[in-house]
Amino acid sequence: MRRAATEERTHPALILWIVAGWVGYVLLPWYGVEDGLLRLGWLVDGYPLDDDYAPAAFLIAQGNKLWLAPLLLPLIAPLFVVGCSKSDPRYSIVLTVAGSFGCAWLVAQGLGIGIRGFSYHWLNELFGNLGDRQFGMGYGALIVAASFLFLFTQGIAARGAVNGDVFVVSAIGGVIVIVAIFVFFPIGHMLFNAFVTDEGGYSLTTFAAKFFDDRLWGLGCLWGARCGAALNSLFLAVLVGASTTALGLTFALVVTRSGFRFKPALRALTVLPIITPPFVIGLALILLFGLSGTVTVTVADFFGGQPTRWLYGLPGVLIAQTLAFTPIAFLVLIGVVEGVSPSMEEAAQTLRASNWQTFKTVSLPLMRPGLANAFLLGFIESMADFGNPLVLGGNFDVLSTEIFFAIVGAQYDQGRAAVLAMVLLCFTLSAFYLQRVWLGKKSYTTVTGKGDAGVHPLMPRRLAIPVFVIAGIWGAFTIIVYGMIIYGSFVELWGVRNTLTFKHYVTAFSIGFNEHGLHWSGSAWDSFWTTIYIAAVAAPLTAAVGLVTAYLLTRQTFVGKGAFEFGTMLSFAIPGTVIGVSYILAFNVPPIEITGTGIILVISFIFRNMPVGVRAGIASMSQLDKSLDESSLTLGANSWQTFRRVILPLLRPAILAALVFSFVRAMTAISAVIFLVSAEYDMATSYIIGRVENNDYGLAIAYSTTLIFVMLATVAILQILVGRIQIGRRTHFATGA
Amino acid sequence: MVQMKISNKAAPVNFVGVSKVFGRNVVAVDDINLTVEAGKLVTLLGPSGCGKTTTLRMIAGLEMVTSGQILIGDKDVTKLPATDRDVSMVFQSYALFPHMSVLENVSYGLGFSGFPKPEARARAVAGLELVGLKGYDGRLPSELSGGQQQRVAVARALVLEPQVLLFDEPLSNLDAKLRRQVREDIRAIQQDLGLTVVYVTHDQEEALAVSDEIVVMRDARIAQVGTPRELYDAPVDSFVADFIGEANLIPCEVVAIVGDTAEVAVDNYRYRLASRGLPTGPAQLAVRPARIMLGECEGFDATIAKATYVGVRMEYSLQTSFGSIFAVLDDVAHPLKANSRVKVGFKQTGPVLIPPN
Repeated sequence: MRRAATEERTHPALILWIVAGWVGYVLLPWYGVEDGLLRLGWLVDGYPLDDDYAPAAFLIAQGNKLWLAPLLLPLIAPLFVVGCSKSDPRYSIVLTVAGSFGCAWLVAQGLGIGIRGFSYHWLNELFGNLGDRQFGMGYGALIVAASFLFLFTQGIAARGAVNGDVFVVSAIGGVIVIVAIFVFFPIGHMLFNAFVTDEGGYSLTTFAAKFFDDRLWGLGCLWGARCGAALNSLFLAVLVGASTTALGLTFALVVTRSGFRFKPALRALTVLPIITPPFVIGLALILLFGLSGTVTVTVADFFGGQPTRWLYGLPGVLIAQTLAFTPIAFLVLIGVVEGVSPSMEEAAQTLRASNWQTFKTVSLPLMRPGLANAFLLGFIESMADFGNPLVLGGNFDVLSTEIFFAIVGAQYDQGRAAVLAMVLLCFTLSAFYLQRVWLGKKSYTTVTGKGDAGVHPLMPRRLAIPVFVIAGIWGAFTIIVYGMIIYGSFVELWGVRNTLTFKHYVTAFSIGFNEHGLHWSGSAWDSFWTTIYIAAVAAPLTAAVGLVTAYLLTRQTFVGKGAFEFGTMLSFAIPGTVIGVSYILAFNVPPIEITGTGIILVISFIFRNMPVGVRAGIASMSQLDKSLDESSLTLGANSWQTFRRVILPLLRPAILAALVFSFVRAMTAISAVIFLVSAEYDMATSYIIGRVENNDYGLAIAYSTTLIFVMLATVAILQILVGRIQIGRRTHFATGA
Repeated sequence: MVQMKISNKAAPVNFVGVSKVFGRNVVAVDDINLTVEAGKLVTLLGPSGCGKTTTLRMIAGLEMVTSGQILIGDKDVTKLPATDRDVSMVFQSYALFPHMSVLENVSYGLGFSGFPKPEARARAVAGLELVGLKGYDGRLPSELSGGQQQRVAVARALVLEPQVLLFDEPLSNLDAKLRRQVREDIRAIQQDLGLTVVYVTHDQEEALAVSDEIVVMRDARIAQVGTPRELYDAPVDSFVADFIGEANLIPCEVVAIVGDTAEVAVDNYRYRLASRGLPTGPAQLAVRPARIMLGECEGFDATIAKATYVGVRMEYSLQTSFGSIFAVLDDVAHPLKANSRVKVGFKQTGPVLIPPN
């Protein structure tokens, strides 16, 4: 029965992609349609003959864009193998050759021919002036490209790659291609830009001049002048890494090794960085310690001095980042501290070590890799942080903000932005690399499959007292800061008119009625709905890409898997500002021309947040026994059916979590977004930053508060849903995400 | 009587020079030739790491061979992935899908085999009945005991009427009492339906109990193939002798060969047994502990190092000129004392001559 069902059937995937290729070539507009993907105005506006909307086939028929004609060959070739059996050598050869030629030709013509004809001088010299030009690719090109890619993957699957599994090969191919296009291509493009001279040539000296600039590496701060941005960033990142690690460890110890009664409240702390837009802490600090901040003014009144601007610069940024990233360190370290097996500590105690000696000689050394990990995370986050330095930096230049000013400021120097981005990228990549090497070598995981009956001992007294004091102070400070945010949103004009008012909320979120019915008259609604819309589009895509990648990484073996993993996790180490800069440099011109659209925002979110989805997926998939997949395969399901019917249903909590986190992260992102927003697609965070720059703190804080509550609600709903799923399915496989 | 809806499509399995290499140079299976006859239950037996599970997974198509050929029936399946092979497998962990009910689990594979829904359901119900789980359709796997989960896994594999059914250490997650019961059930179903079954275990007693034929594996190669009796009574070498049941390996000298009979010397004790083609010169005797006689008659000298009373029998550790040996005697009424000197002889049948190490 089974044999009849699976062997001599036609290959639906092959038919699908051949048809898609032809549809893309003959029916859909080849070039990008200005109004955006979803507007269908082009259908009635001269299609299919108008140059702007014509499909490739019509363009060629009218004698235009003849360089698209060779694409017909790889479209026709696969038609001849439709009837062939998969094991026929011609089948794989035809598909492989057609697919790779199609992809290569598409890339070559896309990069070779741009808005001004040939993009490179040598092409002009070789073929003479083209006398024609082309714009960014559109629907048609996109679908034809996908068709070639998947014809190619089916070809190599038929040759026996990954056991001839079409789904797995296609998934690998798809992920590689989109990561290459949207992570490696823009970064590479940007690196090239660092070598471009003002005249448009390439030069090492230009690069060197920009790279060894005093503004980057200057040591001026040693004698009272300013230090270079690179050194500032490095110094700040080390401080933030150290302080967040220390504080994170403090909180982790309180939660796991003390009789503290309100542990759930402390655990709730870990939610804060997820739902807080990055610069909000900075705003709250200004309300407290700024020139007209509550504390500053009180102290100045009390001691009779002048209020100072001490907050703006290193101290302010350091405090803000420490507040913002301590919960991240806490989240990492709580796992580490709990991961130290109680039986190790009990063994030490039975060997006559006191509490303190046990902690010093057993617990702490076992936590060391975790501490290093937390430090490097804090380091990377601080390097990449954009919002707090922008709000609080003052004269303290750091790389992420310098990149921003190099692009949007009066200087508009792409080369300088590229060099700065390179330096920043080097720092974070080195930290990322160190973290992986360190963790790869030293695995002190002491939790085994066997149940550990023991309990963690309480902290020794001489550790407990300072830990509680520090945790208490810092906890109180965090509460005050968040309290300030909410309170500040109701104050009319901080430090000047301290009356309470709803004014800011009304300005931002008023709703009126006019002849058309409901009218969103508040100034913030536009960016608010755009944010929700973009985040809602990006979230499922991010989750899908992340989970498919996680599936490939945990469940499949293939050549080059190590490099594949590194490539997909890399975007975690690329700071948002770098992504932002590289995107506007790379996607402002054909073949992919999406600057100023919503698509570029969605794409940047997908690749910024993909590592989160991948990690969540890997974590929960590694809890599903591999024999589940294998038994599904031996029962006759193919890998796609296995993925859909066994893995996905079991991953429901993880999927939901990935969805919500990518949604929330998309709402709080600022560093990449600020480069990519346009008048039509303004995001909440960049709108708020705009308000801050106009000193309109009230509105900014009110808007931030609203965002925090919206996201808090989203996370809460997630918690409830995930909880439901786990209760509904009484199974030990369900995973807490 | 169960309404027999599950029919038999049993086919033989053939390995022709099959090797499997993991990574660069980890050889898991080294040039194996093997035939599993249709309708037989064949056990792959060996210590952990000997390549038996890899061999099983190559039949399933979960591992692809590095070189060689696998035939199921008369068809070459070497390149076919698991999905396209007509083989099903019962996993050590059972691998029941935790999000599907028992019935959904059992009918899972039927859905991919092109059965219409009602028929798939009827077959699944018949399969559950066959393993004695009628009426458990709607349960989730987590609501079943270990033994029941095991039977669901068997039913799920059975209903597909596979050409070959594979078991990967199916009893290792069950407690000792259930094991005997389940292994008898598996054997009964296999014989009733005439299935071809390949069964992996590291437990020699289990292998002896269920198998038509046992394949003993060692270091990625086949050490010996034979019926349980053949392996027990005529091991080819010291590894098999020691692995199947316990055996004392006693160095000896073949002093003369007359026809098929060899005369061997252990110290100054002479004993005759089948020569099994060995020449004169040094050799080994594999002697089961129960085939040793103590006290009386002729034999070689030994000292009783330890005497242990275990209820039904006496166990003795003996110190001899060539090392220690282990003997089991049924006579508990007259135990021998530790440190006494005894003569050691062999019973008429039992000892086997094997090549020297």
